Amino acid sequence: MVDMVMAPPEMQVVYDYPDSLTDTPTSYCPGCTHGIAHRLVAEVLDELGLREQTVLVSPVGCSVFIYQYFNLDACVAPHGRAPAMATGIKRMLPNHIVFTYQGDGDLVSIGAAEILHAAARGEKITTIFINNAIYGMTGGQMAPTSLPGQKTTSSPTGRDIVSTGNPIRMSEVIAQLDGAAYIVRRSLHDVASIRKAKKAILTAFKVQMAGLGFSMVELLSSCPTNWGIAPETALEWIEQNMLPYYPVGDFKVRDDVKAL
Amino acid sequence: MTRELLKGNVAIAEAAVRAGLDAYFGYPITPQTELLEYLSQRMTDLGRVFLQAESEVAAINMVYGAAATGARVMTSSSSPGFSLMQEGMSYIAGSELPCVIVDVMRGGPGLGNIHPSQGDYFQVTRSAGHGDFHPIVLAPATVQEAVDFVTLAFDLADQYRHMVLIAADGQVGQMMEPAELPPMRDRNRPEPDYALTGAAGRERRVVHSLHMQADEEEAFNLKLQKKLKQIKKTEQRSIEYFTEDAELLVIGYGTAGRIAYTAVEAARERGIKVGLLRPQTLWPFPVQRISELADRASGCLVVEMNAGQMLEDVRLAIGGQIPVKFYGRMGGVVPMPDEILTAIEENYSRLQILV
Ligand SMILES: Cc1ncc(C[n+]2csc(CCOP(=O)(O)OP(=O)(O)O)c2C)c(N)n1
Ligand code: SF4
Repeated sequence: MVDMVMAPPEMQVVYDYPDSLTDTPTSYCPGCTHGIAHRLVAEVLDELGLREQTVLVSPVGCSVFIYQYFNLDACVAPHGRAPAMATGIKRMLPNHIVFTYQGDGDLVSIGAAEILHAAARGEKITTIFINNAIYGMTGGQMAPTSLPGQKTTSSPTGRDIVSTGNPIRMSEVIAQLDGAAYIVRRSLHDVASIRKAKKAILTAFKVQMAGLGFSMVELLSSCPTNWGIAPETALEWIEQNMLPYYPVGDFKVRDDVKAL
Repeated sequence: MTRELLKGNVAIAEAAVRAGLDAYFGYPITPQTELLEYLSQRMTDLGRVFLQAESEVAAINMVYGAAATGARVMTSSSSPGFSLMQEGMSYIAGSELPCVIVDVMRGGPGLGNIHPSQGDYFQVTRSAGHGDFHPIVLAPATVQEAVDFVTLAFDLADQYRHMVLIAADGQVGQMMEPAELPPMRDRNRPEPDYALTGAAGRERRVVHSLHMQADEEEAFNLKLQKKLKQIKKTEQRSIEYFTEDAELLVIGYGTAGRIAYTAVEAARERGIKVGLLRPQTLWPFPVQRISELADRASGCLVVEMNAGQMLEDVRLAIGGQIPVKFYGRMGGVVPMPDEILTAIEENYSRLQILV
């Protein structure tokens, strides 16, 4: 894959590029946790031996170029429509692994109908849901997940919930649907959380392999650029501001998933 | 071979099954719904994919996904639902994927009504989504033609890796007529080289419509336009009646064309030298044949079930050679042969004065 500097023979390679990633440099800002999420998904696909039977559906958002970063068959859906496109693919390739990777604007706002119905149908796909409480790609406008009082370029004095409504906790909403088999939220703000996130992603793909229904892992993610703070402070911001509103947890782990 | 009495929508559905339809995604809307209802049972019986989507927005994106795996795939709708599909259609065009989309047009604008109309002509031929492209558009006038066009649609879609629309008005979708269905086609075919099937033992494939650099996007557009130009050259289709010595050329498609035929026949009985050209492809528009006929005729009458949309294409094709007049009804009103006959007589006598 990657043309790495060869390790001397007496040394062992303990950390390498996952096969499921390409060596294309990403377009993400310094301190953005999209890249961490990519790596976790790629490691899981490698560990489960799924690379050659997986189709990735890219969203529209900062991760629109994800099809360049993953060494997989891939496509790019219109903004918010990834679950519908993934449905079309999965229905044609029921024995393949199909996953969407979507931001919070993509999934909670414009694509709310598509994700809810894919989950309700128990579509046997996996969704990696990146919640950074903002529209990253378009330059930091308010998202349906932006916190009360959060300053964005389209809520310059802070999100006013009286006129703009309240943030949506989508994992909790989707967990209500019978077709949803595994719905959890994790965070990417520190190493321990990242390890837990990877475990959840592993379970989500196993749910799909076993054909149990819709699985989704929401990941609280940073956007230092549009939050207007330094990368390190951004991780603290997740912990101090996002976690209280979006608690990590398992919102739906169906019995058949527990038995996996 | 046997002819069966079939409703237009059902005939289109069964023809698609026989043409090798792998998957159908759709959402109910009158006057198209029987197509979806029929396939819900038929596709399931055959072990093929049928799914009622949550909206036309979702349906077209399911089509996009299924087409990306190399499947033969179709959706159908009527005017308001077709509007909702335009975003996805543009992505499909930008990804050069084949698919077939049926629009059983109804009265509009807005919610309009469920009566037959041709009010979507501009939309199907010009603005089936943002960006520079035209879909191939077939316009059947009879149930038999609808059946034949379905097979043709899938073949053209595969041949050009492009979307093909069947623009049927509500009349074609709803009426019952005897028609002969084609035999069941084998669905086995080689995997297309764009199909997303998991990158096992080969380079990975990507289906997308994204070109960040302007010059790359232009290069893609040039490639797309080259293909469209080829389609324009080779796929113009129309059918003619009494045109050999026609002084007045009537042009109408779909149901309007069919009713115009009755009127033209009656006018011939009265000694009027009138002929009919019925476009079968709305895009590419049969400009070549129309301009040839305009060389010989001294006037043209366009008949449509709208305010005069194809009229613009006819005027472009004729380029001011002869006067082009229009007769149309709108909002779901289907013109009667008598009305068209009167319009023919009026226009013909005007030509006689001019001569
Ligand atoms: C139909 C449509 N509307 C709007 C846009 C513009 N747009 C692109 S990305 C985006 C928001 C992305 O935000 P999010 O999904 O949260 O992802 P992030 O960039 O934060 O990772 C918007 C509004 C678009 N591409 N398409
Ligand atoms: S704008 Fe935000 S979400 Fe997008 S790459 Fe930069 S930090 Fe990440």
